[in-house]
Amino acid sequence: MAAEAGHGPLTSGDYIAHHLQNLQACKAETGEWVMNIGHNAADICSGNPMAINVDSMFWSVLLGLVFVVSFRGVAKKASTGKPSKFQALVEIIVEFVDGSVKDTFHGKSRLIAPLGLTIFVWVFLMNLMDLIPVDWIPMVAGAAGITYMKVVPSTDVNVTFGMSIAVFFLIIFYTIKNKGVIGFIKEMTLHPIAPPTKGFGLIAAPLIIAFNFVLESVALIAKPISLSLRLFGNMFAGELIFILIALLGVYQLPLHFGWAVFHILIITLQAFIFMMLTIVYLSLASETH
Amino acid sequence: MEIVIGLTAIAVALLIGLGALGVGIGMGLLGGRFLEGAARQPELAPMLQTKMFIVVALLDAVAMIGVGIALFFAFANPFIGQLQAAQAAAGG
Repeated sequence: MAAEAGHGPLTSGDYIAHHLQNLQACKAETGEWVMNIGHNAADICSGNPMAINVDSMFWSVLLGLVFVVSFRGVAKKASTGKPSKFQALVEIIVEFVDGSVKDTFHGKSRLIAPLGLTIFVWVFLMNLMDLIPVDWIPMVAGAAGITYMKVVPSTDVNVTFGMSIAVFFLIIFYTIKNKGVIGFIKEMTLHPIAPPTKGFGLIAAPLIIAFNFVLESVALIAKPISLSLRLFGNMFAGELIFILIALLGVYQLPLHFGWAVFHILIITLQAFIFMMLTIVYLSLASETH
Repeated sequence: MEIVIGLTAIAVALLIGLGALGVGIGMGLLGGRFLEGAARQPELAPMLQTKMFIVVALLDAVAMIGVGIALFFAFANPFIGQLQAAQAAAGG
């Protein structure tokens, strides 16, 4: 709401657009890498399919490192006699993920529980950045010369799609590993309607197989798309409401508090859902009757 | 131009409103069934609550996708750019 350093008075639309713009780096036609800071325009990289959102990359990698380093530090120093409080917290989280995996995953795999833990804690940390007041980090970055910075990586479609496409490849890998390529093709073509194999109905079999294939492909593709857009939509809407409340001047404080308290629930729920759905999809892919 | 902006505003309102309507009815039914189930067998309440939250997030998903698209149109409407380009091409 206040005039930002070096920008002069902004309209509301400018403020919102400023906060929704990523810090991007791309290769210009001249072949050199440019970023949209300093004298370059904000949309210097828009429309460039190879543009990299540097801020999302930085914050997601940083939070991933925070998770890995802190949890590994606790694991190495784990003591049964006198656990520290942080170790107790890590134990709660690990037991929670372990319980969820035991309830839901009916196959045998050593990857699922660590995968679930990584997804849960990483997505939770990324979403948690949304609770930091909207202007704080961008102001510090602006003082350092970085004009645009979005600190919540899960509001970036690229980040959420990156995670869900990785899960998608894991689904296909586990399906082929547990059912074989033939089993995978059978699953796609013989469900949900079993085509007739003898008698008169044999004529209809190719049609039914094609119909099954279309249905099953849509269901298969819908999994990663819905997984990523669910997280993105929730986080983007939450961040946008924070920005809109920030435009209200002094009346923003009670509204910010109320929305932030509600957002705590949303953050945890979305991280939990991403983890649960990953486990459920991988369990469906690994079931061998 | 006014027609495009006005109709975009109505589209945004429909996206958010109809999504909220569907989710409201769905969550109401879901919450009602959960309370009935918890009242019949209170020892199952924690397990039912976990499953309820899973279904809540699945319901939220499509509504949130609608909200995301609606907010995109509210703040970064691509039709305006197209219209301006067409007007520039026709006028210039």
